[in-house]
Amino acid sequence: MKLFKSYRRSNWAIPYALFLAIFVALPLLLIVIFAFTDNSGEFSMQNFIKFVTQPEAVNTFIYSIGIALVTTFLCILLGYPAAYILSNKNLNRSQTAVMLFILPMWINILVRTLATVALFDFIHIPLGEGALMFGMVYNFLPFMIYPIYNTLQKMDHSLIEAAQDLGAKPSTVFWKVTVPLSMPGITSGIMMVFMPTISTFAIAELLTMNNIKLFGTTIQENINNGMWNYGAALSLIMLVIIGITSLFSDGDEQSQNEGGLL
Amino acid sequence: MKKFFAQTYLWLLLALLYAPIIIIGIFSFTEAKVLGNWTGFSTKLYTSLFSGGVGNGLLSAIENTFTIAIIAAAISTILGSFAAIGIHNLRGRKRQAITLLNNIPMLNPDIITGISLFLLFITLGITQGYLTVVLAHIAFCTPYVVLSVMPRLQQMNPNIYEAALDLGATPLQALWKVIIPEIRPGMISGFILAFTLSIDDFAVTIFTKGNQGLETLSTFIYADARKGGLTPELRPLSTIIFVTVLLLLIIINIRARRAARKAENI
Repeated sequence: MKLFKSYRRSNWAIPYALFLAIFVALPLLLIVIFAFTDNSGEFSMQNFIKFVTQPEAVNTFIYSIGIALVTTFLCILLGYPAAYILSNKNLNRSQTAVMLFILPMWINILVRTLATVALFDFIHIPLGEGALMFGMVYNFLPFMIYPIYNTLQKMDHSLIEAAQDLGAKPSTVFWKVTVPLSMPGITSGIMMVFMPTISTFAIAELLTMNNIKLFGTTIQENINNGMWNYGAALSLIMLVIIGITSLFSDGDEQSQNEGGLL
Repeated sequence: MKKFFAQTYLWLLLALLYAPIIIIGIFSFTEAKVLGNWTGFSTKLYTSLFSGGVGNGLLSAIENTFTIAIIAAAISTILGSFAAIGIHNLRGRKRQAITLLNNIPMLNPDIITGISLFLLFITLGITQGYLTVVLAHIAFCTPYVVLSVMPRLQQMNPNIYEAALDLGATPLQALWKVIIPEIRPGMISGFILAFTLSIDDFAVTIFTKGNQGLETLSTFIYADARKGGLTPELRPLSTIIFVTVLLLLIIINIRARRAARKAENI
């Protein structure tokens, strides 16, 4: 009888399983199918050949990865100290400061980008590569701070005390204990910053007055212009890059989940 | 001294983060067309935003954004809560498979989700518009509902459902009177989360909205910004969005703190 009952409740997942099959699994499969076919639906590698032989697309691709890497690096550089201070009871007790850092994550990215553009206009900074970098860091910094803050906060502080008792200098404690223990937060922060920066498309247009193109923009343009197969192939290339990035944080699923939610 | 430097760093960074939105907020109270010109205090932009002085475009975009978010969040909450109960009672490979699929929309970049759904609707021959946007939003919101309901189910005493059945409740009554009250906080957080995600979305919407002229707030802003001149009414609008999000976040936080205190008391 008990078996029968629990069997029935597990059936409640069936509608959602069907939904996932149609709206998650099938669409991803379609990206692969479109990427490996030509306009007439025949199997073909022409989309990938087109990508490799077009210097413009390849250059945009490499440039986008570069921008994403620099953004991620700057976010760690600015974000780690902030997360450290926020989680350290001797340096900060205000819960409000924590909330203020998280809040921008919840505001529409276009509204935030427009606000940045307005700020640059206001203080007469020309739009371009510098503005793009600033805008990216500005947009994604909270996504770096939050996961690092989370792991630092859950860290076992007796380990730090132990290191101090054993005579380690403050800098040694920081580099040998705090940083290694906060690695899960850093990896999920990298995921949360690198992935959106590599795939962003509208932000770059707005921040550079359409002068600098990122890979996401290239994909969007191709899809909009009806080049679905080529667009799908470019999306697949982006997916592969993201897949490779996520391999680095694979062993740490829990911190990923923690990083993603408030 | 150390604390002083630390606090200075924090507040400098915050000032930098908030500078743009504060400037927008300040200049939402003046009439000037170009941002940065102060022509005296005025609430004209606010009144013109609400009296439809900006033409129908912006107002219908706001309306679409909210109706889509409410419909998508409501359906996601129902679908996701049922799914969570189902997944909670699944074991082994089936559970792994559905959890993996459930994680995909959260890990996928928006642009990939958008393009993959675009290709789906193209392949199925569905005309893209309001319906496809709602479906797409349900697709990327529901995983978050599942994720907020699951912990509640794990905390729940599994025997009370069985007890209800033993005492003669039908499975439906047991669901309504036992399970739903237990997972309600998770459902509400899931709903709020889905609602904010839907309002916030740009990348998925732009690929699934079709070309029948449907605009949500973010696609409207995008189109407007591409044309070069920003509608001045977007300033009071951004300010309102900011304040609303702030309030929602405070509500979520208070709820979480209250729940934590309750858990401590038990």
